[in-house]
Amino acid sequence: MAQSSQATEGLGSIPALLQRNAGQFGARPAYREKEFGIWQCWTWAEAEKEIEALALGLLNLGVNEGDFIAVIGRNRPHFYWSMVAAQSVGAIPVPLYQDAAAEEMAYVLEHCGARFAVVEDQEQVDKVIDVQDQLHQFEHMIYVDPRGLRKYDHHKLHTFTGVQDQGRAAYWELIEDLKARREKLEYDSICVMLYTSGTTGKPKGVVLSNRNIIEASRSSAEFDNLSRDEEVLAYLPMAWVGDFIFSIGQAYWCGFCVNCPESVETMQIDLREIGPTYYFAPPRVFETQLTNVMIRMEDAGRLKKWLFDRFMEHARKVGPAILDGKQVGAWDRMKYALGNLLIYGPLKDTLGFGRVRVGYTAGEAIGPEIFEFYRSLGINLKQLYGQTEASVFITLQPDGEVRNDTVGVAAPGVELRIDESGEVFYRSAGTFEYYYKNPESTKSTKDSEGWVATGDAGFFEEGSGHLRIIDRAKDVGKMADGKLFAPKYVENKLKFYPNILESVVFGNQRDACTAFINIDLNAVGNWAERNNIGYASYQELAGHPKVLEMIQSHVEEVNRSLADDPMLSHCQVHRFLVLHKELDADDGEMTRTRKVRRGVIAEKFEDLVGALYDGSTEIYTTTEVTYEDGRKGAISATLEIRNAKVVPVEGEKKVAAE
Amino acid sequence: MKDMDADSYITEDGRRIGGVVMEMRNITLRFGGVVAIKDISFDIREGEIRAIIGPNGAGKSSMLNVISGFYNPQEGEVYYKGEKRPPMKPYQVAQQGIARTFQNIALFEGMTVLDNVMTGRIRQMSSGLLAQAIWKGKAEREEVKNREQVEKIIDFLEIQHIRKTPVGRLPYGLKKRVELARALAAEPSILLLDEPMAGMNVEEKEDMSRFILDVNDEFGSTIALIEHDMGVVMDLSDRVVVMDYGQKIGDGTPDEVRNNQAVIDAYLGVAHD
Repeated sequence: MAQSSQATEGLGSIPALLQRNAGQFGARPAYREKEFGIWQCWTWAEAEKEIEALALGLLNLGVNEGDFIAVIGRNRPHFYWSMVAAQSVGAIPVPLYQDAAAEEMAYVLEHCGARFAVVEDQEQVDKVIDVQDQLHQFEHMIYVDPRGLRKYDHHKLHTFTGVQDQGRAAYWELIEDLKARREKLEYDSICVMLYTSGTTGKPKGVVLSNRNIIEASRSSAEFDNLSRDEEVLAYLPMAWVGDFIFSIGQAYWCGFCVNCPESVETMQIDLREIGPTYYFAPPRVFETQLTNVMIRMEDAGRLKKWLFDRFMEHARKVGPAILDGKQVGAWDRMKYALGNLLIYGPLKDTLGFGRVRVGYTAGEAIGPEIFEFYRSLGINLKQLYGQTEASVFITLQPDGEVRNDTVGVAAPGVELRIDESGEVFYRSAGTFEYYYKNPESTKSTKDSEGWVATGDAGFFEEGSGHLRIIDRAKDVGKMADGKLFAPKYVENKLKFYPNILESVVFGNQRDACTAFINIDLNAVGNWAERNNIGYASYQELAGHPKVLEMIQSHVEEVNRSLADDPMLSHCQVHRFLVLHKELDADDGEMTRTRKVRRGVIAEKFEDLVGALYDGSTEIYTTTEVTYEDGRKGAISATLEIRNAKVVPVEGEKKVAAE
Repeated sequence: MKDMDADSYITEDGRRIGGVVMEMRNITLRFGGVVAIKDISFDIREGEIRAIIGPNGAGKSSMLNVISGFYNPQEGEVYYKGEKRPPMKPYQVAQQGIARTFQNIALFEGMTVLDNVMTGRIRQMSSGLLAQAIWKGKAEREEVKNREQVEKIIDFLEIQHIRKTPVGRLPYGLKKRVELARALAAEPSILLLDEPMAGMNVEEKEDMSRFILDVNDEFGSTIALIEHDMGVVMDLSDRVVVMDYGQKIGDGTPDEVRNNQAVIDAYLGVAHD
């Protein structure tokens, strides 16, 4: 508690935490980035100097207090410095998704009225230049990688190091101003603005104060005993609140080192080299890794395969119990120790999880097999439930109480309640201030007492008191006969199959449920190779009769498992089709954080949804696609629609009999 | 030779093109009775992207092989940096600072990308076999220095993720990029690219074009390339030589070449009597 009061006094901002870290343990590593094949390191003292030089450079360029500075790039120390430098001069950093199309960026840049942007390379510079005419307030752009930019007009374009050099040169003129601005920062001043990806409508700018970020970081760090010895790998989008909390909030509060991968493609190699102790990944990452392990084990020699299967079976039996510190027999423990030596240890090492002490996953439901796999290896993988508006943390799973189907108990300092309709509400020190330029949304989301609606429907489990999330509150609907329709629940069950990447279930106000399915090219492609099935394109593979058969068997298995659930047995999938293209954020079908946008999909593929319900067996369709550079094209295909076997449900039979 | 700076000029997009670095004078190359190249003359200027195009069998690759010293022409002379080049072995040409890639990829399949690119540095290594084996002092310093240079190229061509991957496991498009990396590692004064886009899809071609432009821009390399994809060539090059049946039928800027009747005939196909 002493720490808490201290926070309110001396350490009320990220720049203040930086000063503390540089002063108290300046020689410890703060940032590492792999560049030219070597891990380059910056200590806290060096990072402070870099940030100070940049902050001075920003002052030199004329940044005012309260200005918004957009930050667009992949995880690199330069961009973390940019955010802290922006804060140091009283400006507000706004990180953007770097893979967003120019038009999406234009909306955000216009909405926040950014005057400055720090961007990565030619690609980002081009995008911003493209939309510059729409942006009235926009003035200067600073880029990190000069490649290909030599010939650009440099009136309003600056190199990152150039800005720093100018800052250093003007040190004596500007340092007093910088100090004054830094000292003005308080617990209530704005720390960062993050745009939510928005499953519906335009993105909203969530304004988070220093109090939000620091309190959320402090209490969550205490919850998991994070120290300055942690190592994290920063690889998730910088525009996402999670990265801000892990790589800035907690990193500055605890003083641990943030490691940046060499490039997006090398992430797996870099993960292995760093061996993080604290790790976060969305379920999809764990899923892909597991799929890769399984594919590679298929190719392994017989002895290795046998050993792997044998020991994994044992791990599944006793691994989670050992991890939770429960009672396990001596013989089982011995066998597990042997397995650790032969299989689990080397495997964890290969995956880069050899040192993980605390691992989290969130954002989507994780498949029980996937979750169990990692836990049985002895990796302390847990779930949390959170959102941007809460500075991440709403609930967390304490060590020893980890389960696949709940999201844990209220995070420290968070109050929870569930209203009559089943929607989950929370209140905490991390609760956001307001949506930028959007008082109506602020009002409808956060009430006068500070309670925030999550938009998710859930309930507390009896006995354990853990929270269980069923679905997005607005997605939960009613079928034609008035029964509960929870699409996400069914979709997750489908997605737990490695062959199914994505699925969209329909059924609101309908008699029966139907589904769109996206195959996982990796898994299905590998399967096709093994079974001598030739294919020339994604589309061809997706429409292959053998693939359809396999997907059908998955759907029918899901139906069988749904039939056992009295609440949702009527949500069985009667008909389905396999889509001819992958659902993509560039086409607006998913958010940048890869959540499906039901409204957009239902509208765009209206003909296909119609065909699912009118009994036809195939349909010809043409779909518009957007390429990465924003150009548009069209693909067309004839899709087969299949009926899946449905397990009759007791209650329904009775109704039919009456 | 004239003063090199005297006739240098600045292109529309702001690049400086210098004087002539290499000149072909009346080159004729025969294989037995077959005339592959007939009395061709052209020059390559410092810092430019110079393309040699033509239909299949026009003699483009033979021309490149003459430049790289792989073939010695029966007639005509090659002038390099103002001096007449005597008949040379390919390694001697390489020592003069001319590096190349091959149409059908010539990498060490079993070696990693990094090792393959390192071989491009052979010219910059002077320590002997024994010193390399003991790897102390000079040999070590040399390797560190060379590795640094190689890493810059790996970073530049965005092949970090395959640094330790054996080349044999890579798809075609990446192999082409590795070959370019190896040629760049030699810090050549002239870079010869033999059909850098052959067999690539549109996206890979776009990537490769960007890399070629960036290499020219960043390292100031003079680039001579052979290509039969007209679209790509016209976008990339400063000047184009057009060949057909071993003869030069056009030479000039892409626009000049595009409007040249002989070139149009060669590409659209006109009966040769």
